[in-house]
Amino acid sequence: MDAKEIIARRIALELMSGDLVNLGIGLPTTVAGYVPQGVEVLFQAENGLIGMQPLPDPGLADQYLSDPGGSFVGAVPGACSFDSCMSFGLIRGGHLDVTVLGGLEVDEHGLLANWMVPGKMVPGMGGAMDLVTGAKRVIVAMMHTAKGRPKILKKCTLPLTSTRSVSLIVTELAVLEPTADGLLLKEVAPGVSVQDVTAVTDATLVIPADVPVMRLAP
Amino acid sequence: MHKGIALSAAVEKIPDGSSLMIGGFMGIGSPHRLIGELVRQGRKNLTVIANDTARPGFGIGRLIDAKLVRRLVVSHIGTNPETQRQMIAGEITVDLVPQGTLAERIRAAGYGLGGVLTPTGVGTMAAEGAQLIEVAGRQFLLALPIAADFALIGAHRADYLGNLSYALTARNFNPVMAMAAATVVAEAAEIVPVGVMPPDDVITPGSIVDHLVEREIVNGR
Repeated sequence: MDAKEIIARRIALELMSGDLVNLGIGLPTTVAGYVPQGVEVLFQAENGLIGMQPLPDPGLADQYLSDPGGSFVGAVPGACSFDSCMSFGLIRGGHLDVTVLGGLEVDEHGLLANWMVPGKMVPGMGGAMDLVTGAKRVIVAMMHTAKGRPKILKKCTLPLTSTRSVSLIVTELAVLEPTADGLLLKEVAPGVSVQDVTAVTDATLVIPADVPVMRLAP
Repeated sequence: MHKGIALSAAVEKIPDGSSLMIGGFMGIGSPHRLIGELVRQGRKNLTVIANDTARPGFGIGRLIDAKLVRRLVVSHIGTNPETQRQMIAGEITVDLVPQGTLAERIRAAGYGLGGVLTPTGVGTMAAEGAQLIEVAGRQFLLALPIAADFALIGAHRADYLGNLSYALTARNFNPVMAMAAATVVAEAAEIVPVGVMPPDDVITPGSIVDHLVEREIVNGR
């Protein structure tokens, strides 16, 4: 199983029936493919839809129905559409249960940087700042390191997305939860030791005596 | 009042240097005919307020390709490498605004508000230059209204009173932008006789639409 699949399968277990969920583009989007049977969630697209689903067949593409990246998608029966003000009212107003977002860096306090690398990559924040500010739970889906360098740091070097801490960080090596005492190492991936995680983590971790192994959605 | 106007005549009303709100999200719901005509007529030094610049060759990306835009107010440009290139080369000024804040700033202008207070961006680069206001112990940024000379709206259905409805995710910024510009120009995929659109289906009232681009029948379509 590849690293990104581990992350997506683990995050899928965080979704509960009845949740309204927004998935960021890239790796977070793949979480939708692993929602366990019997768990019924609705996916929000910030371009104005609740009830997004993958396009069942390329021939069914509708020029007026896309995901936020502009790719054509489908909608489940019972879906609804709305304008950008309502879409971000849902996000900022605390109506969105979970958002899953990618990350460039996360620090010891759970603060996320995921929208720019000064002088190199300035794509803009899009909806990321609103999502981190307003969603009830913010889950970061990211690789533990970038080109061998830790992405989980004592302090972010890149511009922050929000001053609000995220709820959970899931990498291909570990599950981490920001707490008042620091970043708690909640789980390690199958075949990964606590030492494997600390060796590639710059932030100080709170490590319980017993760290369970990640469960993964089938 | 009949709001119909020919495509070329609609764009002739837009002077060089105008500020334009352009609906659409990654080009979905953008007024593609108006965009094409702006390129054909070669309008210059435009300020464009929109969610994004789509991608090269599509939607607002066509205005970027033709170098008609001097300043952009958008939430992201990550999908358009040409916009990024022009920004890095100093050919275009880009103001990046969080997407929800952008929608609310436009709404503030259109709804007659002096601004809105948002928690989004507090303590980040998005807070630079913005006034911080505390309400009930919580910090907010004062997001000021954004208005424009013209709003270019992509609707799904219209009548010649200018009543507009939208389809699925093509609605996005269109209805709020139609409230926030001095002159509102709409195009629609289909135009129906007045009275056909049920009042409950109208999202943008015709009263605020100044011009509706007429259909052109080409090759029987």
